[in-house]
Amino acid sequence: MNYIFNKSLVKTNVKVNDWIQAVKIAGDLLIQNDLVEARFVDAMIDIVKEKGPYIVISKNLAIPHARPEDGAKKVGISVVTLEKPVKFGHKQNDPVKVVIALTSIDEKSHIELISHLARVLSNKQNFERLKTADTEEEVVKILGKEVQN
Amino acid sequence: MKILTICGLGQGTSLLLKMNVQEALQSLGIDADVDNTDVSSAAVENADLILAGEYHIDSLKHLDAPVIAITDFMDVEEIKNKLQKFFKGE
Repeated sequence: MNYIFNKSLVKTNVKVNDWIQAVKIAGDLLIQNDLVEARFVDAMIDIVKEKGPYIVISKNLAIPHARPEDGAKKVGISVVTLEKPVKFGHKQNDPVKVVIALTSIDEKSHIELISHLARVLSNKQNFERLKTADTEEEVVKILGKEVQN
Repeated sequence: MKILTICGLGQGTSLLLKMNVQEALQSLGIDADVDNTDVSSAAVENADLILAGEYHIDSLKHLDAPVIAITDFMDVEEIKNKLQKFFKGE
């Protein structure tokens, strides 16, 4: 395992006014845990502004991320669940309830983490639990390494 | 057979899609290499089939390879159904 995930990287039932605020809060968690530099968070937002809301890859789920050279320091994720879902502008998958910000230091170091995420999140029950999780501990339990399928 | 999954940067969400495409292929019993990359590199990769989110379909249209649009990257059933349709159509 080349990444850590614990409740300091999670915030549940957060109130936000728009998608930018949601991405910023997820980004702040990455900064506070020393996974990225501050400019990485701006890059995550700029990428959506430039390339569109394609990061809303699944119903109610956004995965903001930026390039390793945008100030990534370590591999990892932060998770923010929103009290009220917000729109990112995606035609099919809006509104977003769960934001998982992703950082990687190169093209390969996050493969293990991504494959774990794909396994957990492709299970609809897991995602339902994630959307309705009330505490940070619950989110860690759902997305933590001990949860497989 | 070479399949490409595409996203804006070619590192994050296309990798997530690749994982679920691999799972879908496995359950369909189809043997293929799956790789992920970004929109601009897709042209030089010479893929037989491309899977991407709706937002990138327009920028992939000029390529020779057929392109399948995936709405929900986490929905292995959607990916499976669309792949199955594609392979039956050939």
